[in-house]
Amino acid sequence: MTITVSSITKRFGSFTALDDVSLEVPSGALVALLGPSGSGKTSLLRILSGLEQPDHGSTLLDGVDLGSQSARQRNVGLVFQHYALFRHLDVFENVAFALRVRKVPNDVVETRVRELLQLIQLEGLGRRLPSQLSGGQRQRVALARALAARPRVLLLDEPFGALDAQVRAELRSWLRRLHDEIHLTTVFVTHDQDEAFEVADRVVVMNHGKIEQVGTPAEVFEHPANDFVMRFLGHVNVLEAHLESGRARVGDVVVELAGHEEESPRPGRVYVRPHEVEIGRAQTAGAFPARVVRVTPLGGGLKIELTAPSLGSSLRAEVDWERGSALGLRDGDDVFLSLRRARVFAQAA
Amino acid sequence: MSLLERAVIVPPPRRVALTEPAWVRRVVIGAGVVFLTLFVLVPLAAVLTAALSHGAAAYARSISDPAALRALKLTLIAAAIAVPLNLVFGVAASWAIARFRFRGRALLITLIDLPLAVSPVIAGMVFVLLFGSHGLLGPWLQDHGWRVIFALPGIVLATTFVTFPFVARELIPLMEAQGSEEEEAAMVLGASGWQMFVRITLPKIKWGLLYGVVLCTARAMGEFGAVSVVSGNVRGRTSTLPLHVEILYNEYEYQAAFAVASLLVLIGIASLLARRVIAARVDRSRQEAT
Repeated sequence: MTITVSSITKRFGSFTALDDVSLEVPSGALVALLGPSGSGKTSLLRILSGLEQPDHGSTLLDGVDLGSQSARQRNVGLVFQHYALFRHLDVFENVAFALRVRKVPNDVVETRVRELLQLIQLEGLGRRLPSQLSGGQRQRVALARALAARPRVLLLDEPFGALDAQVRAELRSWLRRLHDEIHLTTVFVTHDQDEAFEVADRVVVMNHGKIEQVGTPAEVFEHPANDFVMRFLGHVNVLEAHLESGRARVGDVVVELAGHEEESPRPGRVYVRPHEVEIGRAQTAGAFPARVVRVTPLGGGLKIELTAPSLGSSLRAEVDWERGSALGLRDGDDVFLSLRRARVFAQAA
Repeated sequence: MSLLERAVIVPPPRRVALTEPAWVRRVVIGAGVVFLTLFVLVPLAAVLTAALSHGAAAYARSISDPAALRALKLTLIAAAIAVPLNLVFGVAASWAIARFRFRGRALLITLIDLPLAVSPVIAGMVFVLLFGSHGLLGPWLQDHGWRVIFALPGIVLATTFVTFPFVARELIPLMEAQGSEEEEAAMVLGASGWQMFVRITLPKIKWGLLYGVVLCTARAMGEFGAVSVVSGNVRGRTSTLPLHVEILYNEYEYQAAFAVASLLVLIGIASLLARRVIAARVDRSRQEAT
């Protein structure tokens, strides 16, 4: 099912949750709504589910306007951030709920629920109450419950938000595999860019009730549309600079900017990701001196905090283990830096 | 009020740092025990002794007296009408207050407490003013063959008025603590409003509801002031149990008065026991909500 959101506006009192938002989710896609809290992503999800009504605009499923349909008529699967499992019903009846209220015959319910419990790998726990399950198990029950009535689309609100890091990682890849099996058009809300990039085909970056950028994870990461997207996707060094044609002057350092030759001179900001900072022991052309403040292990590499007097700023760099051990960096070492890549954006209004 | 009651029923978690010296504890506990003995146990024992002062046979005769039985029946009928009415009203009002933000919400919360704030006698007077033979609606109702004051409808009205806060006051905090996410989930899963209420909301609130009903029933059966004003207190016709006790007492039939009073005491003790059991369950459902 293709979801079309067209010019949706939603206000809560004086707060504008969604400001003229339009979006198309292709059939079978797995799309992440990514943004900080208050960016409108959950409001958009609730409007799609029918729990909220937009002030303006419309939502369509395969071209059919959903405006006149209440939440109960839409047959969308919704997984709540805190699961909202029915505390007095056991796992089996939680999953069966959508079928029970549709008066589906008992044997059909039985088969379908067994099938779903198998899918979420919780066979044998059907008689447990939600309070007797772990967080990850509750999450999967919530998902099975949402899938029971074969919804037309699946919506997930911060599906992994309340779980610890390891369970999160497992569930992410499980959700991705599940989606590859059932191909249900899926929209999920997250504030975690790693999660969005790992799970989704397409990422919708939102801020202040507006969509900042839509694209594949690679597109969004490689070509951020503006400074908000750039800053939101992981750590980035932001350097005050003076921009000229094709180059930026940061302190005493000049950085080449390909593709900005027509730029008229103005003050601006230069964005450099930590892995785009090149560290060397020897002075090379264009390199500038810096001092290592602190080295910390980070995932598969090292995080290095530096100060660079000639930039008039401190910086963060990241290198992989191999490079890190070749450099043999210690706190207080003097090094030379060059910037492999720097980005500038049109001035924010 | 219900919060205070619960604080008494559920022991607070023990904190060693806050434990007082032994003599302080003994004095405080001793004071409590002496007070309760003087003001609760002694009067209670007095009621039972007086009720049995002429022997078991006299006791049995007093409580099986036709007037006493009619008073019991009237009490049960009034409670049987007032409690379900307040159950429906209480659930509806709590639903509205816990789930929606609307104009007049604060006013509604205040109004629910009104019967606890005004003297029951005044509540009775209001109904006399409205439905009495010189009242606003009384003459019109009388012309159409309806008697409200000095009859069952008046007793039911007064009882209902006095007891309507109990269910709502119990449910509002419970429903607010539980939130409405499960209800939203039920709706998205395709449940109609009624299915959502019966399958999700009602099971969530059932212990709180039961607790409110027990409080409401106990008060409905024990109410004196408001009912006294509207019923006219006609022996064997419009007297409920508490009123019947008063009639007997005023007629110097002390033993009979205390025998009937002992029935009210039993009702009270039964409701106390029920409250203890149920309060523990309400607490659990409130904890599960957080």
